Amino acid sequence: MIWNPTKECMNAEDKRRLQGERLRKAVDRVYHGVPFYRNKLQERDLRPDSISSIDDITKLPFTTKQDLRDNYPYGLFAVPMSEIIRLHASSGTTGNPTVVGYTRRDLAIWSEMIARCLSAYGADRNDIFSVAYGYGLFTGGLGLHYGVEHLGATVIPMSSGNTAKHIQLIRDFGATALACTPSYALYLAETMAKTGWPRDDFKLRIGIFGAEPWTENMRKEIEAKMGVNAYNIYGLSEIMGPGVSHECECKCGSHIIDDHFYAEVIDPETLEPLPYGEVGELVLTTLTKEGLPMIRYRTKDLCSLNPEPCECGRTSIRMSRIMGRSDDMLIIRGVNVFPSQIESVILELEEFEPHYMIYVDRQNNLDMMEVHVEVRDGFYSDEIKVMMELKKKLAARLHSVLGINADIKLVEPYTLERSEGKSKRVIDRRVLK
Amino acid sequence: MTIRQLSVFIENKLGRINEVTKILAANNINMTAFSLAESADFGVLRLIVSDVNKAAEVLKEARFGVSLAEVVALSLPNTPGALSKVMESIAEKGVFIEYMYAFSQGDVANVVIRPTDISKCLEALKTCDCQVLTESSFA
Repeated sequence: MIWNPTKECMNAEDKRRLQGERLRKAVDRVYHGVPFYRNKLQERDLRPDSISSIDDITKLPFTTKQDLRDNYPYGLFAVPMSEIIRLHASSGTTGNPTVVGYTRRDLAIWSEMIARCLSAYGADRNDIFSVAYGYGLFTGGLGLHYGVEHLGATVIPMSSGNTAKHIQLIRDFGATALACTPSYALYLAETMAKTGWPRDDFKLRIGIFGAEPWTENMRKEIEAKMGVNAYNIYGLSEIMGPGVSHECECKCGSHIIDDHFYAEVIDPETLEPLPYGEVGELVLTTLTKEGLPMIRYRTKDLCSLNPEPCECGRTSIRMSRIMGRSDDMLIIRGVNVFPSQIESVILELEEFEPHYMIYVDRQNNLDMMEVHVEVRDGFYSDEIKVMMELKKKLAARLHSVLGINADIKLVEPYTLERSEGKSKRVIDRRVLK
Repeated sequence: MTIRQLSVFIENKLGRINEVTKILAANNINMTAFSLAESADFGVLRLIVSDVNKAAEVLKEARFGVSLAEVVALSLPNTPGALSKVMESIAEKGVFIEYMYAFSQGDVANVVIRPTDISKCLEALKTCDCQVLTESSFA
């Protein structure tokens, strides 16, 4: 079901007009309410009436996470604290936490956004949701919670932790939908299987997963193990929280709630907007937010945009999966290269182990990229020719994805670092003279 | 009628071949034939050994990339023209040779051949004055 067809299925022209009007109001709000923005706009000789359509957004300056930190805690709020009725905050592992504030109207819009998401997943007021995102400063738990209530469905405020209890309640309360991180969903699915309780005892049919990047393979695995339809939900606290974009039954990109958030994709180096379909950094502008408006906020998340109307009937712009973070970007021979692009190529090829190392050098003023990979057991050969074919195959796939040549070096088993997560995958040995 | 040849992937790093031979020695595995094919940044070591299963197992444990391939091993008289006749018969059957290596001493010459088509190669050899060796010949 489409929760708000007027907004979600609006034709392109009307949408752009609405976005333009809302952007102008948003600029007006920050110009008069946030000294930080007023200074930045004045530096560029911009005033609220400089905005006559949504296309004028490219004139506006970007906002970064550092700006939020520099103005900790309330410096970027556009309304007095008497208007703020809720605060959330990020963990702040590197420096000050980032604090976000919501007015009553912000929270009402957020709830409606989530209701739109849940409807797109096929949920309605008869559903019972177990919300297993953390409740607290994190936006995930409370964000989903109020959205489920707005939809008119039943919410079980599970929060995170105590998996055994959670599984029992999912069964006993007849939960039909589950909201949590995809990695927790996998753990939950495995633990559910270990209980030995028959699948028929569970009524789960919808999974709402987000707050961390995940892959199509993870979706397949969760769907197979848990027997649910698994959908992506995207968001970030600086913009609102979960619900900035969501998948629909077509599972072909996440619909951005673009009557409230305007999306652009830029080249993280030149900061120039990129054409639809090209991968770059997602930049979001809040069009209606009162408490903490964000103008051209650089998310650092890498994705591409698709403006084509979706088969589901929604016309809102769709974003691809998050393919990585722009913080990791390399520039090789003038081309932007993201380690995550290289990783996804390697993961697709069964001949290689899912580990790699990227070395970048400069030889005779030319950037050289070397990718080290291990051949998977079973694909080694006695013939040099066959081994060379493996190298060629990977090089060709990388070239088609990156547009530049990479030298492939096959290394012996277990010579590449195994640790998950933040292990160092790139060594840039270029010395610029 | 074929024998299994062990191949070991090695990076071009100092001492890697020595590592392989040390591991085989420590496990009391004898090497009968040994050849190294090289490319710019890696090599493939090809071995005929006394116990190919055990050799593959211990090398894998030591984290080498290994594979097994069927090859044809022959014993020929060590006389001029003996190999030529064999090669001619194989070529007549339309069999290509990916690679081969050989060594002769005294009365006999031993040849290891990796043909594109094992069964056609063996068929061709039936008509030749040579002895096709089996794994038991090396145990």
